[in-house]
Order: sequence, then C-alpha cells, then structure tokens
Amino acid sequence: MRVFTSVLDVVIGGLIMGGIYALIAVGLGLQYGVGRVLNVSHGEFIMIGAFATWSLYTLLGVSPLVSLILCGPVLFIIGFLIHRTLFQYLRGKSESAGAFADSSLLASFGLLFIIQNLALLIWKADIRGYSYLNSSVSIFGAIFAANRLVALLFAVVISLVFYVFLTRTRLGKAIRAAAEDPVTAQVMGVNIHRVLAICFGLGALMAGFAGPLISMIYEIQPTMGLEYTIIAIIVVVLGGLGSITGSLIGGFILGLIGSVVTYFDPGLSLIAYYVIFILLLLIRPTGILGK
Amino acid sequence: MNRVGIIFKKPFSLGLLFLALILFATAPFYVQPYLVILLTSVFMYIIITVSWTIFSGPTHYISLASAAFFGVGVYTSALLGKAFPLPVVIIAGSLISFVLALCIGLLTLRLRGMYFIIFTFSISELMRNFLLWWETTMTGTVGRWVVMVEHVTVYYVILVIFVMVLLTAYLIRRSRFGLALRSIGEQEEAATHIGINTTVVKTITFAISAFFMGATGAIMATKWKYIDPRIAFDPLLSFMPVLMAIFGGTGQLFGPVFGAAIFAYLEEILTTKFPYYYMLLFGSILIVVILFLPHGMVGLVQKWWGGGLNRKNANS
Repeated sequence: MRVFTSVLDVVIGGLIMGGIYALIAVGLGLQYGVGRVLNVSHGEFIMIGAFATWSLYTLLGVSPLVSLILCGPVLFIIGFLIHRTLFQYLRGKSESAGAFADSSLLASFGLLFIIQNLALLIWKADIRGYSYLNSSVSIFGAIFAANRLVALLFAVVISLVFYVFLTRTRLGKAIRAAAEDPVTAQVMGVNIHRVLAICFGLGALMAGFAGPLISMIYEIQPTMGLEYTIIAIIVVVLGGLGSITGSLIGGFILGLIGSVVTYFDPGLSLIAYYVIFILLLLIRPTGILGK
Repeated sequence: MNRVGIIFKKPFSLGLLFLALILFATAPFYVQPYLVILLTSVFMYIIITVSWTIFSGPTHYISLASAAFFGVGVYTSALLGKAFPLPVVIIAGSLISFVLALCIGLLTLRLRGMYFIIFTFSISELMRNFLLWWETTMTGTVGRWVVMVEHVTVYYVILVIFVMVLLTAYLIRRSRFGLALRSIGEQEEAATHIGINTTVVKTITFAISAFFMGATGAIMATKWKYIDPRIAFDPLLSFMPVLMAIFGGTGQLFGPVFGAAIFAYLEEILTTKFPYYYMLLFGSILIVVILFLPHGMVGLVQKWWGGGLNRKNANS
C-alpha cells in the first residue's frame, strides 16, 4: 500500500508538472515551428504572468484564476505587437531563413534582458509566493494541495481547447499551412505577416496562462524565466520541432521523468533534463514525432 | 592614390599597435592600481570575445559554450592552484579546455544552426548545474578558495594572453585555414566538395578558441579569490561575447576588440551602481544593433569612411 501511494504520488506529481511543461512548450513550439523565432524570452512572458497574478492577489485580492483570464489576452496583444514591429522587420531584412533564425534569436535575447531587468526594477530580486486553494485533497491515499490539481485541470483544458482550435478552425488551418510552407501558404491567400504575428501572440498567450498557474503552486522570482524557457526548448525538441501533438506528449513525458528524479533527489531534476536533452540531440534530434 | 594609402598605412598601423603595447605593458608603473584592475577586466572580455570570434565569426556557428570553457579554467585553477606554480596551472587550464572542446566538437559539429546553439548552451548549463549539485551534496561547500595572485601579475598574464589571442586570430584570418573557415560559413557543402575536411577544420578552431578561454578562466580565478559554480559558469559569460562581437562587427579583427572594450568599460562603471539599468541598456543595444547595424560599429565606420572616399573619387 505504501509503495502504491508513493507511485501515485510520483505519477500525479509528474502529470501536474507535465501539464505546465506542455502548456509552455506548445507556446514556444508555435513561435519556433511556425515563425522560426527561437524565443528565449518566452520564460519572461511566463514571469510577467506570474508576477502580475501575485501583485493582483496580494494587493487587490483578485483570484489567480481571474488573473489567468486577464493575463493571457494582454500578453497576446503584447506578443502580437512585438512580432509586428521587431520580428517582421528583421524577417524582411534577412537574406535567408538561417540568417533570420540567428538574428531573431539574438533579438529575443535582447528582449529577455529588457523584460527581466524591468521586472527586477519593479518587483526587486526577492522570492515571492502566496497561498491560494491550499486545502489538501486525498486521491487513493496520496495527498495533494488543491491548487496543484486545479493547475493540472486548467493546463489540460487549455491545451485541449488550443489543439481543437488548431485542427478545426480556419485560422488554425492557416497557421498549419504557414508552418508547412510559408511561401505556398502566401500564394494560397494566407496573410503571412498576420498569421506569423498571431502565432507569436498565441505563444505569449500560452505563457500568460502558464504564469498564473505556476505562481499558484511554486515560488516565483524575476529571474525564473530562463529555466522555464530551457524546459520548453527541451520539450519542443523532445516532441519534434513543429509538432504540436509532440510538444503536448513531450511535456507530460518530461514532467513524469522530472517527478521520478525529484522523488530520489530534487537537486538532480534539472541535470536529468539536460542529460536527456543532450543525448536526444546526439541520437535523435528530430524528436519523438519529428519527420 | 589608393596604393600609396595602403603602402603608407601598414607600417603606420603596425607602429601604432607597437606603441599601444608598450603603453599597456608599462601601465602598472604610472597609473593608479584601480586602473590596472579595470584594464584587467576589459582585457578579459576582449580575450573571450576575440576567441569566440575566431570560431563563430567566419563559420556562423554561434557557440554559447564560452562559459563552459572559462569555468573549466577557473576550476582547474581552484583545484591545482595550491600544488603547482602559476604558469603550470594556466597551461593546464587551457589544455583541459582545449581537450574538452575537441570532444564537444567531434560530437556536435554535425549539428547545425539552432541545434548547435542550444546544444552548446546546454553543455555549459549542465556543467554548472552538475557542479552545483556535486559541491552541495558531495563536498558540502558550494564555493572554493583560490590561491591569490597579485593584481599586477594577473594583469601581465592577461596582457600576454591578449597579445597571443590577437596574433592567433590575425594569423588564422590570413592563412588558408582562415579561408577554409570562411568557406564553411558561406556554404558548407561547397566547402566539402572542394576538398576541405570541414569536421577537422571546425573542431580544431573550436578547440583553439576554447584554449584561450580556459587560460583566461584560470588566471581570473586567482584574481577573484573565492569562486563557486555560479560565478565560474555564469551564463552571461556565454552571451556577452556574442553581443560584444556583433556590436563591434565580426567582419574585421578589430570589431570584437572595440565591442568588448566599450561594453567591459560600461559594465565596470555601471554594474555596481545600477546593475539592472546596465542589463537593460545591454538588451536595448543588442536589439538596436541587430535591427540597424548588421555589420557592427566597425562596419558602420567603414561605411562612412568608404562612402566619403567614393564621393571624393566621383568628384575628381
């Protein structure tokens, strides 16, 4: 029985982490897979979402789940505008796709430094946290805080809604077409600049959803972004670049691995991620579902 | 007219370089100690940036592993510093970095573009996180003390490495080897077809650039006295050279030198008083340079210079 609850503990803990990983990876995967921008400032958008939620909750008592609904769209607009100005200009100026990939990566490093240090000026470097929905829930003997289960539920629902949006709507189809072949998509009447900016915005939207969920269950600080960015990159490569389904599956796989490693030694989880990632790049850089 | 310019220019710039070298070599005798320390960190950034450019400039493979090679040097110094004299420690640090880069190179240079960038970054971060875990769980203390060396000695060692890295970068640029590197950057398949062993060329160059980073790490550790994995493998050490080189312009040898000098000075004066504003400025400049100065500051100056000459020629 004790073994059973331990296993359950690890599995559900892994699913909770995995749900959030999947969410942030889908966002990054969209920005890179369609727009060819490896957005290393992705984690900074998550951080903004987390800190906005923290501020609203501690200052005004706004529920984090309400902040979640606010943060997503606001970050979508910011992301959309950033792409329309910065990345669209770079894309027009770059001689080749490879040159654009390099310059957009460096530009997003610039964004990382700007956003992170603005946040440090506003919120200072302290570690923050708050308790919300902290009552414990027992599942077959394993005990979890309610907020973690709520976070998992939201992560799964958001991912599923997004998946349906991508596969069932006209805009989703245009996005997938642009990911496949931007030039042909343009010929077929897809407004490519608009679609790419929407993709970047959607990536920020996902970060805006993930940030509040993360702030509900983990401690936050203005420098937390890079770690989440790296996890998102690992998940995206694990799932296969450009595959949304791959990112979703990859997120849960990495979450489960992380949960197992954390069970033995919490200090080793990030190291395990890097080892997996490095082996993956050497052995199968196309990932699980990549072509 | 132009030919006279070239004939006249070369000994002139050589003489200028020589003069600058003498000035720097005698600096500790007549400037304040503070300035020597400042110059040391400016040279440190120049060395890392120039050695980054030796490999990444011509090949367009953006490496984010500088922190790994620097950190290896730092830790070599921390581990061997008590038992061996300084020159041995520095040479050991650079050789270990060199070998590490050879191994990484042979494994990964098949990866291209984005994959190479994130791979090099993960190697460096893996080492940092692993050492952090090792030091906290196995040795029990996160940091280590390093045998201290006088500031002036550190300065001279850094100056020697600086001269060596400049010479190496210059010689590589001028040689057939440099030509091979540039052709890899232009079109790797074509380079293979004309008989360049691209893997060997890339790996060796990568290792040479790591050699100098390791040496710098080994000597800087003795200046800092206390080190831990977060200082030694600071990811900023991987990002800085990229920005500094691109800001200066990777097309010319002096681009990265100027870029690094300007930023290192800015960091030195801003970072203690306004650390967040410094990084804010850093990010903003990075974006501005990428948007508007694809060939860096040196490229911009050359464009003005060249534009001026062309106008003159058109008039005459």
